[in-house]
Amino acid sequence: MQDNKKSSQKSGFDFRSITKTKGFSAFTAALLAIALGLIFGLIVMTLANPSKAMAGFRYVLVGGFSRFGDVLYFATPILMTGLAVGFAFKMGLFNIGASGQYTMGMFFALYVGFMVELPAGLHWIVAILAGMIGGMIWGFIPGIFKALLNVNEVITSIMFNYIGMYLVDMWVQGNATMYIASKSRTNYLPSTVQIPSLGVQGSNVNLGIIFAILIAVTLFIVLQKTTFGYELKATGYNKYAADYAGMKGKRNVVVTMIIAGGLAGLGGAFAILAPSAIAGSSMTYEPINIIAANGFNGIAVALLGSSNPIGIIFSAIFISHIQRGGSLANLVGFKPEIIDVVIAVIIYFSAFAMIMNSALAKFVKSKFGKKVEMANANAEPTTTNKEAK
Amino acid sequence: MDTIYYLIQNMLPVAIPLLLVALGGMFSERSGVINIALEGIMLFGAFFGALFVFNVQKTGINPQVILLLGMLVAGAAGLVYSLLLSFAAVTMKADQTITGTSLNMMIPAAILLFSKMFFNSDGITTNMAFYIRKMPVLGDIPVLGQMFFQKTYLTVLIGFILLAIAVIVFYKTKFGLRLRACGEHPQAADSVGINVYVMRYAGVSLSGILGGIGGFFYSVGILDGNISGHTGVAGFGFLALAVMIFGQWKPIRILFAALFFAFLRTLAYSIALIPFLNDLGINQTYYKMLPYVATMVVLAFTSKKSRAPKAEGIPYDKAKR
Repeated sequence: MQDNKKSSQKSGFDFRSITKTKGFSAFTAALLAIALGLIFGLIVMTLANPSKAMAGFRYVLVGGFSRFGDVLYFATPILMTGLAVGFAFKMGLFNIGASGQYTMGMFFALYVGFMVELPAGLHWIVAILAGMIGGMIWGFIPGIFKALLNVNEVITSIMFNYIGMYLVDMWVQGNATMYIASKSRTNYLPSTVQIPSLGVQGSNVNLGIIFAILIAVTLFIVLQKTTFGYELKATGYNKYAADYAGMKGKRNVVVTMIIAGGLAGLGGAFAILAPSAIAGSSMTYEPINIIAANGFNGIAVALLGSSNPIGIIFSAIFISHIQRGGSLANLVGFKPEIIDVVIAVIIYFSAFAMIMNSALAKFVKSKFGKKVEMANANAEPTTTNKEAK
Repeated sequence: MDTIYYLIQNMLPVAIPLLLVALGGMFSERSGVINIALEGIMLFGAFFGALFVFNVQKTGINPQVILLLGMLVAGAAGLVYSLLLSFAAVTMKADQTITGTSLNMMIPAAILLFSKMFFNSDGITTNMAFYIRKMPVLGDIPVLGQMFFQKTYLTVLIGFILLAIAVIVFYKTKFGLRLRACGEHPQAADSVGINVYVMRYAGVSLSGILGGIGGFFYSVGILDGNISGHTGVAGFGFLALAVMIFGQWKPIRILFAALFFAFLRTLAYSIALIPFLNDLGINQTYYKMLPYVATMVVLAFTSKKSRAPKAEGIPYDKAKR
């Protein structure tokens, strides 16, 4: 970033120095992964139904624009689970347990919504905070297992996805106030506990998205400007070096997982406490023993945003956008699951997009070769240093 | 005594998929690649196995022959799918956990997509009786015959045969030794002329074959030959990873670990038939959570002195020493 500033001072605006930064190559890598994912989706659609593939694909690409309110509403939970995954990633932890933390947060929010009587202005705030605490508890467990017992956090959080899902389903089904057995879903939430709507016609979009974006910005500041954020990233780069420098690795693991869990829990609360566009109803939860997909979509969001909180805001909105588009593609006979496949393909490619990207860059360089090299002779040493890190 | 027979007869078809998939994980991890995609590989194999059974079930071929052929189809499918992992993890040196996760996410969605388009359902429903009431000759052995060769599936027998083959390949062949070397110290293996990339491809491919077969056996032994994109294989791929860790990456220990987990799961689903436990009146959900909770307890006690392959999860780069 710094040499970026210097060179732009020299020559006003130098495009090449931007293309050399780490953030830029992460961005192009994400674009490459997205493009490959979408192409794969188009191929699948063409195989399934050649005559309608283009119409369906157009819905996937631009359909979301006609429902922008809904895009933002559905972006809220995956933005939060994306932050939960990305924040832990910064420390080198793979928090695959966002699903369980999300479900737990949702249950805590539901519990406050149904079982606790509070004044109207306060009720929804307390419910959101309860959701955060629920997620924190479910993030704390893998953290403590990792720190004290050296159990791989991936296995722990997968197991606690299942345990959390079974527990929540059992608790919901056992609670007569919450659960309507005949409809096998939860009751409608009282209006006092619903997050105030942003008033977009025909959509559920609410204050939640504003909170989510504010939280993302806060996390960005924590990561960039605080000692804790620095230690976190240092541990992520090299655990042993960080330990040697006197950073309390074990404590940081637990704290990171608690924060990550809290973020996912907030996602669950934002999702379930949303006001519905249909008057008198609200969001409901169906206890059908299925692990929340929003947790796994959070992994895609985090990877696409290269674990940067600001990047995650945009990638969450993008994923939500193609999800809405996918459900609109239903109009021409395509199943919305196509988008889940596309998302999985995007994750697959983003895992090595950086490598493909640099291979591509080498190819471009060899084509347009020497001119660029000459012009960048000054910038070259700094960038190689960065890559080495 | 009947309860014990019942538990063993029901436990074995559950234990076999866990055993095979955990053995697959062992081959992959001992070669140095973390295979978290086992869940997806299982489901992929199970889906193609079930698709094969669905297409031949009306031809009147003996069910046990169809089972064997389905097993081959499932193994081949698992192998193909696992190549995606080895390509990303070995050739492209990508993060193995992330790649595995994406492979796990892809399959349920793809199955739902496919089944909704072509079958108008969430998966494939077959109508094939694989169940064996009593095996000839073997089923007549007193006590043991009733335990192992009655009211069971052919999968159990095949599972034990595959275990024997796996043990021999793993410990008694040049290939097994080389594979293990690549998981412990790939640089050293390379220096004596072993191609680490080839061995890692082989390890992951073996886990693909075993994972695919394990998935098909799951669908045969637990879901009666059906498979659905919604419930998938219910986390068995992940449980198999836990079984593998509990078994300390060694085949015979993995067998006992698989039996242990299968016993817990069978117990959880047969509470109503065991008067003593049924009288306690504990919510059945607690029993369903039991295998997952047991995994955590087991890992908590074994992870400190874990004997994980030293080089697992680290992409091998010839240039680095």
